[in-house]
Amino acid sequence: MLNCKQATQMLSEKLDRPLSTKEKLSLGIHTSMCLPCRQFGKQMQELRFISKRYTKGENESEK
Amino acid sequence: MTNVNLSQEIDNSAMTNAFHDAAFIAELRIQMLKFATLQVRDSQLAEDAVQEAMLSAYQHIDRFARQSAFKTWVFSILKNKVIDLLRKEKRHTAVSQLEDGPNLNGEELMDQLFKDNGHWQKHERPQKWDQPDHDVENVHFWRVFDACLNALPEKYGRFFMMREFLEMETPEICHNEDVSVSNLNVTLYRARLRLRECLEDNWYQAKVS
Repeated sequence: MLNCKQATQMLSEKLDRPLSTKEKLSLGIHTSMCLPCRQFGKQMQELRFISKRYTKGENESEK
Repeated sequence: MTNVNLSQEIDNSAMTNAFHDAAFIAELRIQMLKFATLQVRDSQLAEDAVQEAMLSAYQHIDRFARQSAFKTWVFSILKNKVIDLLRKEKRHTAVSQLEDGPNLNGEELMDQLFKDNGHWQKHERPQKWDQPDHDVENVHFWRVFDACLNALPEKYGRFFMMREFLEMETPEICHNEDVSVSNLNVTLYRARLRLRECLEDNWYQAKVS
C-alpha cells in the first residue's frame, strides 16, 4: 500500500513520465480513498497550468 | 487584420507607454534577469538575452493587445531566447555547483508535511484551490507566484523552470544538466511540493482567513 508521501511523489512524476500500469493502479486505489492526495493531484495539474499561463500570455480570451 | 488597425494603434500607444514606465520596466527586467541567469548561468549571456527580448518586444509591440498580458508576452520571447542559448552553448555551470539552498535534502520539509507513517499531517492537508476571478486579483496572484518561485532553492527553481516554463522533456534536461532521471524526478517533486505549500499558505489559504 502506498502512503501519502509516496503517492504525492508519484502524482508529481506523473507530469514527467508515463506511470506503469502497476503504479497507476496503486495510485488510483490510494487517491480514491484519500481526499488530500486527490486534492494534491489536482494542484499538480494546476501548477502546470499556472506555469503555462505565466510564460504564454495570460488569457487567450482577452486578446 | 485591417479592421483592427484603429484599436491596435490605441493599444500600441498604451504599450509604448509601458516602456516609459521606468519602475515597471525596472522590475520586469529584474525578474527576467533572474529567470535567464538561473537558466544559462552566465550573467553576460543572460543580460544579452534579456536585452534582446526587450528589444524584440519593443519592435513587435503590435503583436499583443493587452497590458495585463505584457509581462507574460515578453517572458515568452525571453523563454525562446533562453532555449536557443541552452541548446547552442551547452551549459556553463554544472548543476552540481548550484546550491540546493536551506534544507539541503528537503527532508525537513517532508517531516513538516508528513507524519512518520507517511500520511499527511492534519493541518498540512492540501485544500481546494479556487481560481483568481478578476484582473486585480490576478495581479496579486502573480506577485505571490513570483515570490514563491524566487523563494525556491536555485537548483529547484532551475529544474522547475526548465520543465514547466521552457517545457523541456526529461531526457533533454538530464542530458543538458548531466543528472540522472531519478535525481531530476525527486528535485522536481520537491520543487512542486514547496511551490504548492507556498501558494497555499500565501494565496489560497490567505484569502480564506
